Amino acid sequence: MEEEKKTYSRRSFLKVTSISGGGMLIGFSWMANLMPNIALSKEHPTKDWIKLTGFIEINALNEIKLYSPNPEIGTNVMTSLPMLIAEELDIEWETVIVEQGNYDTPRFKSQFTGGSMAINMAWIPLRTAGATARQMLMQAAANQWNVPLKELTTTKGAVYHSATSRSLSYGALAAAASILPIPDKVPIKQNTEFSLIGTHQKNVVGKKIVTGKPLYTLDYQEEGMLIAMAIHPPAFGMQLKSFNAADALKMPGIKDIFDIKVYKEGYEKNALDTINFNHLVIVAGQTIWEVMNARKKVKVVWEPIKESKEIVGVWGGKKEELTPAGLESTEGHLKKMHEMQKKQGKILRRDGNPEFEFEQAHQILERTYTAPFLAHNPMEPISCFSHITDEKAFFVAPIQIPEFIKQNIVANLDVAAEKIEIKLARMGGAFGRRLYGHYMIEAGLISKKMKAPIKLIYTREDEMTAGLYRPSYMVSYKAAIDKNNTVTAIHIKGGGIPESAIHENRFPAGAFDNYLAEGWEIPSNINVAAFRAPGSNFIAAAEQSFLDELSEKIGKDPIDYRIELLQRTKEKSIGKNNDYDADRYIGVLKKVKEESDWENLKLTDKKYGVAAYFCHQSYVAHVVELSLGEGAPIIEKVTTVIDCGIVVNPEGAKNMVEGAVVDGIGNSLFGALTVKNGKPEQQNFDQYRIIRHNEAPKKIDVHFIKNDINPTGLGEPPFPPVIAALANALYKATGKRFYNQPFQNDLNN
Amino acid sequence: MKKFKLNINNKEYQLEADENTPLLWAIRDLIGLKGTKYGCGIGACGACTVHLDGTPVRSCQLPISVIENQEITTIEGLSETGEHIVQKAWLELDVAQCGYCQTGQIMTAAALLKMTPDPTDEDIDNFMSGNICRCGTYTRIKKAIQFAAKNKL
Repeated sequence: MEEEKKTYSRRSFLKVTSISGGGMLIGFSWMANLMPNIALSKEHPTKDWIKLTGFIEINALNEIKLYSPNPEIGTNVMTSLPMLIAEELDIEWETVIVEQGNYDTPRFKSQFTGGSMAINMAWIPLRTAGATARQMLMQAAANQWNVPLKELTTTKGAVYHSATSRSLSYGALAAAASILPIPDKVPIKQNTEFSLIGTHQKNVVGKKIVTGKPLYTLDYQEEGMLIAMAIHPPAFGMQLKSFNAADALKMPGIKDIFDIKVYKEGYEKNALDTINFNHLVIVAGQTIWEVMNARKKVKVVWEPIKESKEIVGVWGGKKEELTPAGLESTEGHLKKMHEMQKKQGKILRRDGNPEFEFEQAHQILERTYTAPFLAHNPMEPISCFSHITDEKAFFVAPIQIPEFIKQNIVANLDVAAEKIEIKLARMGGAFGRRLYGHYMIEAGLISKKMKAPIKLIYTREDEMTAGLYRPSYMVSYKAAIDKNNTVTAIHIKGGGIPESAIHENRFPAGAFDNYLAEGWEIPSNINVAAFRAPGSNFIAAAEQSFLDELSEKIGKDPIDYRIELLQRTKEKSIGKNNDYDADRYIGVLKKVKEESDWENLKLTDKKYGVAAYFCHQSYVAHVVELSLGEGAPIIEKVTTVIDCGIVVNPEGAKNMVEGAVVDGIGNSLFGALTVKNGKPEQQNFDQYRIIRHNEAPKKIDVHFIKNDINPTGLGEPPFPPVIAALANALYKATGKRFYNQPFQNDLNN
Repeated sequence: MKKFKLNINNKEYQLEADENTPLLWAIRDLIGLKGTKYGCGIGACGACTVHLDGTPVRSCQLPISVIENQEITTIEGLSETGEHIVQKAWLELDVAQCGYCQTGQIMTAAALLKMTPDPTDEDIDNFMSGNICRCGTYTRIKKAIQFAAKNKL
């Protein structure tokens, strides 16, 4: 192979602009200030990286580096996103070097880890980046050989001209390619042409994980770094009044003890700025153990908060938020929710004349479902490194959407936006908790005060008791049934603390001529957060348990009844805003019937349950089989069918689905964060039960629907419906319906 | 502050620390080996599992003062390059999601296989249930342990 060893250095940026239909436009802009460095010797290939688009770097040794733009929480996008680039770039995957991109949203455009959207949002832009770079490399070869572009092909990181038997590696072409104009509208492959997408590629960080390399924020260390911990109020509804740190300051290794107000007075919070305790006592010192010990010696006086109102940002707007005073309790919450159920709620959707049908009904089936607060409990507790200097505001942080914390940093740390640098550390789990980066502001304030690099560390107890929980919910499902055992109307009514989980346009909306959805909200001083499949993680469980009971009541097979209803929406959909695709829904139900051997299962004395749900643009059906063990059910088998469009990395995707199944079963059987007099009753894993090895399903059988639909969500969709499949199977095993999470409470009674 | 000697991964470390310092923080903060993880600090999650003379222990529950000449093995000592049969099985089955708990899982699994080279499902459940994985990789972990046992790699 002929090698040209010029090295150029030039930057390019891939421009991705949102367009109104939710799609992406792609283009390039260039920084024109960097000239090719032609002084470099032809004889010595260098490892200088040449940038081709913001995502690809190639050096003269033909090493290829791909950047994974999105923060990694454990969904393995650090493997699947670069696979999209590699597919179109046409390189050997085994030789690729993958790097985590740091916070540089102008360069990477979408650094968004949330809503199961990573692959969906990157599907066209990242492939286009790969295809564009490939075409530039081909163009460079075409120019050099003086042959038309269309006569060239590529294979495994090299350009070929078969007519003259010539070839050049990408490494040899990168420099010349990087100074070419960016081609427009480069075609990407047809789905049938994929050679990498759809194959199993192992986690690119696998070896670093199993050898314990320092990948996480908690592992980050710098010379002269101090450790800081916070003391927050012991109960929601309390705040700092005063503290005395005289004894604690005398403890070994302690540098300073002071208080911080995280957000400034009057700061208007955005949607992801949620925080529970704004006024904290901070202990800063040399080592974790020394800070932990000193923290116990600080004498703190707390006082009750007063009711307050503030304007806060929410998705797509603003609202006035009321924070009531008082010490709340789970018991009180339940009482209040039951009271709200008796009052008229806000009408969310109304089709036909449901009131009339309920008056006329021969029978009415009405059931009420509840679920408690849940703590996210990612295995790595919250931590954040910060070093604020005049030159820059540097962070190492676990943060799902770094772009959204920018204005918060600017406003509350008084630093210019262009001085912000965030190293996106691998996250030891997130489940939604790390959308809310208040801890970055806390760390920044401490660094400013100490004039030093610091790492803020939350203990498990700190994290579990500082709030931002999954809301607690209540909902009633009511069906009017006529003399022919036909369901004539559905009424859904519910809400939560502090928000409702009702998705009024989801199934079974659209399947009934007469339908009513009502919601309400109860303000609280316990702030909440998105938790894996927000809202859906409760409402799916309620809806799909109710449909199970309803199908039994009217004497129909639960799968057949769901398909019958979906078929009805297909033929004559009621209302205009139904947000699901009945065909894909029916598809997963039919497939799960087949894969679980449903008809034969019904002839056995096995205990099983089914559920299906649509969220995050994907469709999932599960069949859970279980038996009753001592202390907890034994989950014998879970059969899962998911329609998430094209699957990029099937084994990685399977791992995600298995995890969501375990997570759903675990949280609904055991998970609960209860409060009494404002105080969380669970502080650590001895009180907060997490599903363990011996309680996990013995077998999880995952099947993907094969189709040509662009990838839709994967991390969240399998989570909500498995809760209902479990509840429905528990009914078969015990003869009791399970309405209240965690199910373990009723299982033991 | 007292002086201590710790034998970690066949290397002797001298440190000066409070005698109650948990082994976990000595390993991570004072010695700088970050593969042993903090998850709960009360011995309930297993993320901090290390071997003490070959036995898996929760390093967050073990003050450095009680360690007398025992050999401590951390994930870095199991095999720095990932050549231990359990690490290889983990890679083969592509077990990790977020990966945070996996070093603790691997240390427990390595100890299990040393004592019970051919474990049943029940053996695995019993031995591994002290190690929490929030991502829910349990079924894959079980397969990886069985894979390591069968293939001896």
